[in-house]
Amino acid sequence: MKANLPAPMIPTPFVVQKVKRETSDTYTLNLTRASGATDFVFAPGQFNMLYAFGAGEVPISISGDPAAPEILVHTVRDVGNVTRAICRLKREGVIGVRGPFGVPWPVSQVAGSDVLLIAGGLGLAPLRPALYHLLQHRGEYGSIELFYGSRTPQDLLYPKELERWRGRFDLRVHLTVDKAETEWHTNVGVVTKIIERARFDPPNTVAMLCGPGVMMRFTIMELMKQGLKAEQIYLSMERNMKCGIGLCGHCQWGPFFVCQDGPVFRYDRVQDWFERREV
Amino acid sequence: METMEPILAAHPFFKGLDSRYLKLILECASRETFTPGQFLCRDHEEARKFFVIHHGRVAVEIYRARRGPVAITTLGEGEALGWLWFDQPYHWHLDARALDLTRVISLDVGCLLERCNRDHDFGYELMRRYAQHLAVQFRALKAQLADFYD
Repeated sequence: MKANLPAPMIPTPFVVQKVKRETSDTYTLNLTRASGATDFVFAPGQFNMLYAFGAGEVPISISGDPAAPEILVHTVRDVGNVTRAICRLKREGVIGVRGPFGVPWPVSQVAGSDVLLIAGGLGLAPLRPALYHLLQHRGEYGSIELFYGSRTPQDLLYPKELERWRGRFDLRVHLTVDKAETEWHTNVGVVTKIIERARFDPPNTVAMLCGPGVMMRFTIMELMKQGLKAEQIYLSMERNMKCGIGLCGHCQWGPFFVCQDGPVFRYDRVQDWFERREV
Repeated sequence: METMEPILAAHPFFKGLDSRYLKLILECASRETFTPGQFLCRDHEEARKFFVIHHGRVAVEIYRARRGPVAITTLGEGEALGWLWFDQPYHWHLDARALDLTRVISLDVGCLLERCNRDHDFGYELMRRYAQHLAVQFRALKAQLADFYD
């Protein structure tokens, strides 16, 4: 899906409708077009360039529902000047948006398969649109399992939604944290440890991963141990995207431009470059 | 009631074990059930048992003075608890508390060690599985230390 704003390098103004604090440093913003138009079409896994006026521009995955394009949702962690400026926006604040950019999750191509969604930390944000799609087209897929790990229970994104998803009969949700107080009654340990509990048929399964590189590396090892092949694993890569359209070269990763060839890659195509030093 | 033999034979730790060895293990085995909140073992207690979990979940915790317990891992069906019984002075270093109704087969460590010493082939087989399990635990621990989600 190509950028559906007037020109890919010109930011379109969007207005902040709602800001929700997810964790101590992460916020979810609901945006609508300043012009009032409601036609922001995107595919799960794509990203936008968000422009905080006077601060700069950053690539942020879209974390909302692709079936509700009238509201653009982004979950942003406050980690630098630009993201801090975005996280400090209030209702009615204005932000520039370019996008959507990039290769999405292959949600339609994998219909008929069992699907494992595996997220670590902020990685649930780019996977959430894929889960929305899978649940809206539930009959087209086999079993669907979501594995989500974070440092502590307080660091889990979208807790109310996780609770709702856990109550569904057609979705298995596995949560885990690195450490927890005694009120936490779910799993403690790294996300790779709970993957062995998944119920899937390896030849007919597709895994979609998003999280820090080290988490994805260990998760891929575990999935392959469980019988998945490299071509059944998709991952979303994070790089310093600038132009978003494969021109500037900032996000070059070996032979790829992450903004254009990714951020979602099939693992067998990138395994020689994945977690390689100095790449 | 299901006998312990098929439960042990199906458990990942003992899967594929020669039936002669399984019989030796059964001589040291008994069933136990823990209700939610009940401790399977506590820090400083003598480590006399090795728990093979076949139903339920257990939180492994470290108690911190003034701040209370913190769970560092959870174990469930198909996992085992009690890896310090080769390490003198055979005392637990952690607490383990049932999160759900938990059913285990508990193995008497003294009894197991005695059989290992009597039959070195059996001892080697048990040690081999123990070493593999430790390797998996170490890998998970290293990943946990790497701050996986940042």
